[in-house]
Amino acid sequence: MKRFGTLFGREVSRTLKQPLAYVVLFFFLILTGINFQAGVLAMNAEAGTTTSVEAFFNSLLFWFPFLLVFPLLTMRLFSEEYKLGTIETLMTAPVGDAEVVLAKFFGALVFYAVLWLPSLLYFGAFWWVTGQAPVEAPGSILGAYAMLALVGAFYISLGCLASALTDNQIVAGISAFALLCMMFFLGILWFFFPMTSPALQSLAYYFSTIQHMADFSRGIFDSRPVVFYTSFTSFTLFLTYHALQYRRWRA
Amino acid sequence: MIKVEKLTKRYGGITAVDEISFEVGKGEITGFLGPNGAGKSTTMRMLACYLPPTSGRAQVAGYDVFADSIRAREHIGYMPENVPLPPDMRVREYLAYRAKLKGVPGRRVKERVGDVTELCNLEGVDHKFIGALSKGYRQRVGLADAMVHEPDLLILDEPTIGLDPNQIRQVRTLIKNLSRHHTILLSTHILPEVEMVCSRVIIINGGKIEAVGTPETLRETLQDRGRTRLEARVGDTSAAVKKLKALDGVREVDCSEGKEWNTFLLHVEADVREKVFVLAKAEGWAVRELSRRAVSLEEVFVEVTHHEEI
Repeated sequence: MKRFGTLFGREVSRTLKQPLAYVVLFFFLILTGINFQAGVLAMNAEAGTTTSVEAFFNSLLFWFPFLLVFPLLTMRLFSEEYKLGTIETLMTAPVGDAEVVLAKFFGALVFYAVLWLPSLLYFGAFWWVTGQAPVEAPGSILGAYAMLALVGAFYISLGCLASALTDNQIVAGISAFALLCMMFFLGILWFFFPMTSPALQSLAYYFSTIQHMADFSRGIFDSRPVVFYTSFTSFTLFLTYHALQYRRWRA
Repeated sequence: MIKVEKLTKRYGGITAVDEISFEVGKGEITGFLGPNGAGKSTTMRMLACYLPPTSGRAQVAGYDVFADSIRAREHIGYMPENVPLPPDMRVREYLAYRAKLKGVPGRRVKERVGDVTELCNLEGVDHKFIGALSKGYRQRVGLADAMVHEPDLLILDEPTIGLDPNQIRQVRTLIKNLSRHHTILLSTHILPEVEMVCSRVIIINGGKIEAVGTPETLRETLQDRGRTRLEARVGDTSAAVKKLKALDGVREVDCSEGKEWNTFLLHVEADVREKVFVLAKAEGWAVRELSRRAVSLEEVFVEVTHHEEI
């Protein structure tokens, strides 16, 4: 892991130097801004118990850009290197395959964090304008952002895997989207198993990202999703590492 | 510096490299010569630790390229075919990144990048984006990258492909100068390049090594197997052809008849000039030319890669 820092620095600068990053950032901020405003307007319209954090993290307008951003973030990670052939110069430098995978993963994670950082301003602005705290308990906002990081890491790892499998960025993007939609909509099954079968329901809860976010943004901490996302992220990165090696064995 | 033992690479059902073994000593410039698809790039990729071999072993600077890959890579500077480079980086930035990646200590990065920039004549373009460079400059950036960490061994896959004659000359001179500090293995299918640059040649074809030696020894071994030309005045041409053909070591005789003088081209397996002389003397032919054609490396190449007669 001697060269991880160098690789990681290169990944971050590579992401931040491409115009696509700013296009994504621009539209992402517009969509999340609209989402925040919609939440505040809804709270104005009628009295309720939801906080602005809950309203922000649990609406359709939140999930839509949330899911859309991962393929754009990850599709070029490996595919571009395959296409340009730079994977050959990269992998003949004295760096391990695992270092390369981790550097790319954390590089994408940094940009993901850059996308979400401005949203903290929304809650700051809310506090400043209304004089009310956006949450009743600090655990709520911590929980929401922790869940954002956990789910984000998992979906980014899925994107890494898709990108490591093909030299076509479009194919990588679409397969990443398909994979994460599969994971995401598997979680929606939770709503189709109401109280009928407790065993099935508790299994479905593991996959229900929407439910995890609803819980965490209310400040409810549950260790199950934490274990679920960290272990799935590690497993997917492990698969990515093998996909990278497999391409060389075959190439 | 390089030790290869029965190295094999198979893709699916195709054997790209078939049990090749060779050694390259320190300080040599070895040319890897072969037609397209002969297995040159595959072999180089295996030596550069990019492709894992199907079977066999290869060592670079005493480290196994597969088992001790990271250590071996520290001693290798590899320039792949077509020189893949990231278009979004500036030349200096790229070289500094590569130097750090290859383990040049932080305080020496600037110095090393400066050295290779100067050596490869990149001073004028070091602040340009790589994407905006011409082919010749890209090639030199690739070379600069390969040697930025002062490797013992440089592996250069087709270093002069796609360059104009002036650029080819510059790159060749550069490679020759590099041989003072590095062992070099380069591949090419341009024969004059090998004769000019390399101290040793490995001819590879169909995944197998066909010949190894200095350009001179390779030429000498084939010289005897070349053609002998005889220009003489003979009475009966067809009888002369028969007699020449009957000589030991002559495979085929081509004859082109002139008004008075006939030219015979003898395809031979050994030097038959003396026998031809004795025959001509006995037959009473007037001889005005009896010569052995000088063989170029190109002909050696054609001979060993296509098993064609020359």
